[in-house]
Amino acid sequence: MSVTTASPGTFSHIGYVLRGNPVTLLSFVMFAILIIAAVLGPVLVPYDPLASEAANALQPPSWAHWFGTDNLGRDVFSRVVTATRLDLMISISAVTLSLMAGSVLGAVAGYWGGWLDAVLNRVMDTIMAFPLFVLAMGIVAALGNTVENIVYATAVINTPFYARLVRAEVNIRREAGFVHAAKLAGNSDIRVLAMHIFPNALPPMMVQMSLNLGWAILNAAGLSFIGLGVRPPTAEWGIMVAEGANFIVSGEWWLAVFPGLALMFAVFTFNLMGDGLRDIVDPRQRT
Amino acid sequence: MLSVTNLAVRFQTRRGPVDALKGVNLEVASGEILGVVGESGSGKSVTAYSIMRLLEAGGKVVDGTVRYGGVDLSDPSENQMGNIRGREISMIFQNPRAALNPIRRVGDQIGDVLRRHARATRTTAKAEAIKALEAVRIRDAAARVDAYPFELSGGMCQRVVIALALACDPKLLIMDEPTTGLDITTQKAVMDLVADLIRDRGMSAILITHDLGLASGYCDRIMVMRDGEVVERGTPLSLFTAPDHPYTRRLIDATPRLGARIRELLPVEARTPMPERRVENEPLLEVRNLVKTFPSRSGPVHAVRDVSFTIRKGQTLGLVGESGCGKSTTSSMVVRLLDPTSGQIIFRGEDLAATPASRFARDPRRARIQMVFQDATDSLNPRHTSRQTIAEPLRRLGTGASNDRIAELADLVGLPLPLLDRFPHQLSGGQKARVGIARAIALDPDLLILDEPTAALDVSIQAIVLNLLIDLQARLGISYLFVTHDLNVVRLLCDQVIVMQGGAIVEQGPAEQVMRNPATAYTRSLVAAAPQPPALGDAAQ
Repeated sequence: MSVTTASPGTFSHIGYVLRGNPVTLLSFVMFAILIIAAVLGPVLVPYDPLASEAANALQPPSWAHWFGTDNLGRDVFSRVVTATRLDLMISISAVTLSLMAGSVLGAVAGYWGGWLDAVLNRVMDTIMAFPLFVLAMGIVAALGNTVENIVYATAVINTPFYARLVRAEVNIRREAGFVHAAKLAGNSDIRVLAMHIFPNALPPMMVQMSLNLGWAILNAAGLSFIGLGVRPPTAEWGIMVAEGANFIVSGEWWLAVFPGLALMFAVFTFNLMGDGLRDIVDPRQRT
Repeated sequence: MLSVTNLAVRFQTRRGPVDALKGVNLEVASGEILGVVGESGSGKSVTAYSIMRLLEAGGKVVDGTVRYGGVDLSDPSENQMGNIRGREISMIFQNPRAALNPIRRVGDQIGDVLRRHARATRTTAKAEAIKALEAVRIRDAAARVDAYPFELSGGMCQRVVIALALACDPKLLIMDEPTTGLDITTQKAVMDLVADLIRDRGMSAILITHDLGLASGYCDRIMVMRDGEVVERGTPLSLFTAPDHPYTRRLIDATPRLGARIRELLPVEARTPMPERRVENEPLLEVRNLVKTFPSRSGPVHAVRDVSFTIRKGQTLGLVGESGCGKSTTSSMVVRLLDPTSGQIIFRGEDLAATPASRFARDPRRARIQMVFQDATDSLNPRHTSRQTIAEPLRRLGTGASNDRIAELADLVGLPLPLLDRFPHQLSGGQKARVGIARAIALDPDLLILDEPTAALDVSIQAIVLNLLIDLQARLGISYLFVTHDLNVVRLLCDQVIVMQGGAIVEQGPAEQVMRNPATAYTRSLVAAAPQPPALGDAAQ
């Protein structure tokens, strides 16, 4: 294991991971497409996603309307692309919230243990004991039918997974030599936990996070599908699938299929990204 | 009986193929014990695994043959090989706990092997297992047969593993570092037992070890390996008295032994004169009546009982004992990671025990007492480069981590500067040890606790690290508390020594005196158990 050059920087390491695994590269390209659609989507699309044109309703896909038009004559392509921003925003903020909450709770429980650990574990068990989608429905119904509440509900049902993971990762490192060494170097308990132990839990967290992102998108779309959260006429994949479902029987398949495919594309992207993200944040992958 | 000709093994890795064995030849005659000695990466374990056809997925035998009793071992099917393993050739692995299934009773595990080889039936399995345990001199075998591995000590587990390996009367026993992680008295007991069993049953054996002293004590012939090649072979006496190959000579030099001085562990060309060392009369640390009691379900456990000692400025105190004797608990309390139940730790006139361990991290005196940890790999944060690791104490407790200071420290411990930007997994064992030492001396501490700092290192690296520690002590005037179980190392490094047993001090005094004329039976047994290689130049005897 002799390496003659200095260790590569972060960017060259990312480059190395992407070159080493074509699937990771593909997932990052797909992710880039999603981000472009989210940031620039409303500017790029050919039609106003909310403008209806009754004369042009329920047209099949054509050169003018790539994904066809819906029952109000709105361009499905424009709506699918515009919806990316909302769907990504909901899932990313929900996952970020649950990641932060789960990290803090799990790290505290794993490091100090004792009654704190016992109490936090039982609370997490309680959340996980519910059918999670039903729990999310309940939370949105109780807190009020808004986009923020979808975010909170999704965050709550995801938190236990992170808390469990971080707790286990922190717990096995609590008595490691480098933790004692960090204390000898003058780090207080909180600094040891935050700066020395927690970063070592990041690689498995990345896998969990990317899987959860896909799941959070599905969850948000699912809530909209049953009429909670985002409300028409806002463009959102879940609502579009729900509305389009009524027309599948009469042969207008494009209303539901295209937003459904977009949903699938997003979930697929996040599921593929996990391993690559883990390799990027794990310094042991560097040689 | 066993003959290996021109064996070559290649591993496929991410960095391309690596030749682990480059044409190894060896023969084991019937009734003979062959020692295979080498440092990590020399290919000694790979040799054993290739003989047993147990190479992991990446490895492939690319050339050479292994013949056992006239049969080419590459011929039998995997199924037939299963019959050969255990009945003809058996193996003892490095870590006895890992070799036993943790959730099954040891008797059942022995019974499985016996039944697999049709040596017992369901009804007789238990009785046969008890016999097998009695054969390895486990007392009260009828009761131990129902124990789970976690209920047994390390030495006991290794005896069970030996019982497993010998259950079907194999003709050849391969032992891969069978005593790593065992105390020296246990090591001696286990090795004596195996040697007796091998002799009684007329078996042959291969002993793979990094410890030349151990190999010379138990083997008829020894072969020395390096980088996948055999560099020398011979009887222990001829090897020690007249080594042909320079590598063998270096290895023998580096093995701590009676009568050798610390500089003599290094290769001849690296032996610089010993630096002047000053031990002052003024006590730096006084430990008074230190007691640590842990509560447990079956009543309090007295880990440390009323321990008192003094370390003077510039002095090295050795703390010796077997695992569980309380030496690690004592050092944890001195380094202020653990609070004592009672007693005083007086450091430069102030009682450190008055400040709880949880608040000591931010105490100004924190910088004065530092520690070098036992396992260099475990003690380095896998996400930090060497530079970050060394900078950490400077940044937290010092005046800031300048690149100059870090480079100076790296220089002091002999760490090449380009390695500062590597992560721990990119460093070798010796380099990791240097990073750990550089971190510990970064703040110019007055007292350094050395917790078996060389236990995980090869002997040649150990020789360099021990000499480095002596040099640093002479230059910086640090006092050392050296915690170890290796008496040969204590003799080399320490001025005073304390022997602990069951949480209490049983003997203390000047190191030379305690080693030469131990006053207590316990110390005598420790000294006797330390393997002693024949000294260089003993050819006349």
